Parts: sequence; C-alpha cells; structure tokens
Amino acid sequence: MDQRSDVAHHTLSVLVENRAGVLSRVANLFSRRGYNIYSLAVAPTDDERFSRITIVVDVESSPLEQIVKQLDKLINVVEISELDPRHSVERELLLATVEAGPAGRGQVVELTQIFEGRILAVSSTQLTVSLDGPPSQVDDFEEMLSAFGIVELQRTGRVALPKLERQVSARLAGMKGKAS
Amino acid sequence: MLVAADIPLIVREAFHLATTGRPGPVLIDLPKDIVDPRNPASAMDWYWPSDSDVSDSLPGYHPRTIGDPAAIKRAAELILASRQPVIYAGGGILKARAAEALRELAELCEIHVVTTLMARGAFPDDHPLCLGMPGMHGNYTAVTSMQRSDLLIALGSRFDDRITGKVGGFAPDAKIIHVDIDPAELGKVRRPDVAINGDCRLVIEELVTAIRDLTAGGVTAPDRTSWKSTISGWQERYPYAYEPHVEGDTLKPQMVLEHLRESVPEDTILCSGVGQHQMWASQYWKFRHPYTWVNSGGLGTMGFSVPAAIGAKVGRPDRMVWAVDGDGCFQMTAQELVTATAERIPIKVAILNNAYLGMVRQWQEMFYEERYSEVYLSPDLPDYVKWAEAMGCVGLRAESPEEVQPVIDKANQIDDRPVVVEFRTDSREKVFPMVPAGLSNDEIQVPSFQHERDI
Repeated sequence: MDQRSDVAHHTLSVLVENRAGVLSRVANLFSRRGYNIYSLAVAPTDDERFSRITIVVDVESSPLEQIVKQLDKLINVVEISELDPRHSVERELLLATVEAGPAGRGQVVELTQIFEGRILAVSSTQLTVSLDGPPSQVDDFEEMLSAFGIVELQRTGRVALPKLERQVSARLAGMKGKAS
Repeated sequence: MLVAADIPLIVREAFHLATTGRPGPVLIDLPKDIVDPRNPASAMDWYWPSDSDVSDSLPGYHPRTIGDPAAIKRAAELILASRQPVIYAGGGILKARAAEALRELAELCEIHVVTTLMARGAFPDDHPLCLGMPGMHGNYTAVTSMQRSDLLIALGSRFDDRITGKVGGFAPDAKIIHVDIDPAELGKVRRPDVAINGDCRLVIEELVTAIRDLTAGGVTAPDRTSWKSTISGWQERYPYAYEPHVEGDTLKPQMVLEHLRESVPEDTILCSGVGQHQMWASQYWKFRHPYTWVNSGGLGTMGFSVPAAIGAKVGRPDRMVWAVDGDGCFQMTAQELVTATAERIPIKVAILNNAYLGMVRQWQEMFYEERYSEVYLSPDLPDYVKWAEAMGCVGLRAESPEEVQPVIDKANQIDDRPVVVEFRTDSREKVFPMVPAGLSNDEIQVPSFQHERDI
C-alpha cells in the first residue's frame, strides 16, 4: 500500500453515458486483461446525461494504449483523456478513525491541524478525522496517523481535471496565432 | 429504469450498431416484466425514432469511415517504392463491400493478394495475382511471400495468431500499411508504419486515386520481375497436394472436395464447420465470387455449417448451398435439419466422416506423441444415412472412389428437400501445410513427399 503516488500510475478520465451497466462494462475491460484498477471514482457531471469516471491504473504504457482504444470502443464511452500528473490537478479525500486516548489525543489533533484536515467526530477513546488534498499529501497523513493506530480508514480514490494554466496558455497561443 | 417506451429506440440503435462501423451482432435484452400489460411500465404509444434520435442517443459512437488523406498519400508512396509487396486481405474487405476496389488496387499495381480464411472469395482464386489462404494451414506461397515481403498492405485484417505464427518472426523485413475501421486493431499486434483508420472500400478507392496521381506525376514502381518469378517458383513447387488414394483404403477428403468443387455452379455458397474439413474446404475450393464462403473463422464454432447453410439458403434461395461438415461438427447441430425439412429449405450437406475429431487427433499425433484422447467417434455410429432420413432428408453414402461422383450428381438433382451425403474418409489424413502453433512461419511444414526446401 505504500508509494501510492508512484509515477507508474496512469490516471484516465472517462466521460460515459449515465446509464445502468456502464461501469460494469468499463471495469470488465480491465479485469479481462488482468489489470488491477488502483482506484476508481464515479459521479455525474454538470450534464446529468453523463458521468465522469476517474480511473487510476497501474500498467505499462503499451497495454494502456490498447486499453484506451478498447474503452473507446464501448458504445457508452463518450470521451477518454489520460491525465498526466504534471499537467493536472488531483484530489483525494480520506476519512479515518484513529485511536486517541487521553495520552495521544492532543497529538492527533495537532497533526490534523498541521495537515489542515478536520476533526469530524470525537469519543472518549477515538477521533474521526478527514483530509482532502493531493494524493501524496493524503499518503503522508495516512502514514503519520498509522503511528496512533488506525481503527478504520476509507479513501475515495482520486479525482482529477486538467490544469487550468495549460488551457489558458493554449488559448492565448491560439489567439496570438489568429492575431498574427 | 427501463420502460416499454424505450423499445423502439433501442431496436433502432441495435440495427444502427449492427450495420455500421465494425458490423456485428447486437444483443437486446428485453425483460419480460416490461411487456406485462399489468405493469404500468409496459404502457407506450408506438413511434418511429428518427435518424437524429438514434445519433443523439449514441453520443459515444462515431465510427470513422474516411481515411486521413496524408496517411493515404504516405501509403501510396510506400506501395510505389516497394519491391516485394503483398496485399493481406481480411474479412473487412467483405464487410466493407470492397472486393471490387481491392481488385482495382491489385491490378493497378500488380500486387499479389492473400485472402485470409474470412476473406476467401474477396479476390477470385482464379486470378493470376491471387495467392490464396495464408496462415497456419495456408499454402506455402501465401505464407512465404508474406514472410519475404518488404511491404504488407493489410486491408481489413487483424494479424490473428493463425496468420502470423510467432509474432516476433512474422514478416521480419516488411513495412506495414494497416487499414481498418476499428482503431483498436491498429497497432494491436504489429506496429504499422502507416495506420489508416477508415472504411476499407473508401480508403482503397482513395489509395487508388493517390497512386494514380503519383504515377501521373512521374513516380514509377521498381522492377518486380524477380519477385514475381520467385512467387511463381514457389507456386509450382509447393501447390496444395495429397497422396493419391490407395486401392482398398477409405476416401481422401481432398479428392471428395475436388469432385464436389467441379460438380456445382461457380456461385455456389459453401459453408463449413470447424476443423480439418474446414481447412480442406478453404484450401481446395476455388472461390470466384465474394460472399460464397460462410464460416465462423476466429470464433471456432463447431457445428456452424448446417445452421449457416440454412440461413444462406433462405437468404439466397436461387443459389445452390452446400455445407461441408465433419462428423464431429455434424453431431452438434444436425437437428437443425428438421427445421430445414419442415420449412422446405433444400440445403446439401457433405459429411467428411473420418470417425474422429480430426484436427484434435492431428495435434495429438504431431505434438502429443500419439496419445489419442477423447477424439475417436466411430465411422458408423450414428448411422448418418438413417439419421438424415429420420429428419426428412435424403441420405446418401459414398465409401469408394467410384461412388463419389454419382452421389454428388444425385444430391445436386434433389431440390425439394435437404440432402445429407456421408463420405467415409481416411482418418490418418492430416492438413498440410502446417505452421505448428507458436513457431515462426519460416518453420512451415509441407507434406513429406514435397520435402527438400529451397529457402
């Protein structure tokens, strides 16, 4: 489970029709080829006809090309882009319940504040905390929390969009081209 | 949730998907509850979805049919620069109705054509540029010309393992032009030098225009005389061949097919199952027209021939339809002949009965030290003639060479019901040539009497 944010991961952003059975077809493509889906996040987009699936998969680039082509062949898949981590913003949410008795509670609270996380629930012996941030930061937080004893933990898997700067600069370049 | 009112659009979508892009079957799963009148979801007013309803409902489906002009031009340049080109025509030629375009391209550039198992008939076997079937059981010239080529023009073909043999050793010196409607095929097995995503017919037509333009501009192809003579040398030396019948033995399956081939109209539709009989049918038949060969290709569907022949006969009632079948295959779907009799669909079935699952037997003999396992059937159990008669067909049998032609003639005269002809064939006969699975196509094995090789 360590080295989650390793660069061998590829992030695919797949726009699909928002219909029953679509996710199973997408997931099936990966399982048929024996590739493990590392993380998966699905939700409707602003247009209710479509959902966006963000898939993180751990494969070499040559089978990835074939996977992308096969995904594109699925009738319900509208658009696929591979998001290069250098040119995209990625976020992930972590929820964790950790052991926090009288002795350790202060440290857990402090740690959560350092990471700019939140405390969601408190009991006499445990704390439930949350953090959203870049996957590497979430990795670090999880590692630090583990020292206190993690009772339960859930991560959402990452969601991602292309970085805005690139789009802006691309647009600017296009405008320059038109002007000259 | 699905409701009955979705049905018209779903059916239109299904036909659209089945007939465009890379065509193929579409399954519609119709839950019974939505057609139950007691269910409110079954309520609907029928309507006819328009073309734009269909395209709006398939936002992720845009098959590309027009090839990229720049890629087509590069392909034309490669073709004109090549010394040893071969056209590798696949089933996509037939799906795209591109047989005429293919012929124009081949004749314009005088390039030899191999037709894969799925493309048999896409280029006429009696054409001087036709090399026939390549692959594991393809003929020596088709296999070897691809191996030695400097340019493979793959049109609607997918570099299947039955064609390439060991991929690393396949056509090592060839540049590749790959044309396919399905972008996922491009680069799947072999990285092409020029990949063109589009409909085969449209792309070939554009390719012909591009070649004409280049030629008109003064570009000429190199001299290919020695390549052509090399090819004709292979053809003379290594034709399909089998050892002749020995008095007292059962029939040679190849001989049966030769007799059948010479006794039917040239537009006869031939269907086959899967196995040795399928390979011999593809090898020994002379396909002169597109769509005269129906077989399940890569799906390897044993028992395919009888139902396929019934479908072919219903679709083309004016044509003679023969199913060539093995005894193993026939036992899988023979009951369909009851339908053929009941519906008066007069197909003809030739069973090459060698009492074995012959292709499996061949592998066990050649690669598993003759440890035959679960392959023996029986020459006379079931009794195929009685079985045919029980299903309302005419049943005939030939056991000796003298009987072959008369039973074929008799079968050809019957047009009011299905006919089943059983030929008792030699169970020792193997399909050759053969490239053993996993080996390079350079390791092609010809029949022992053709031995000494010169490459």
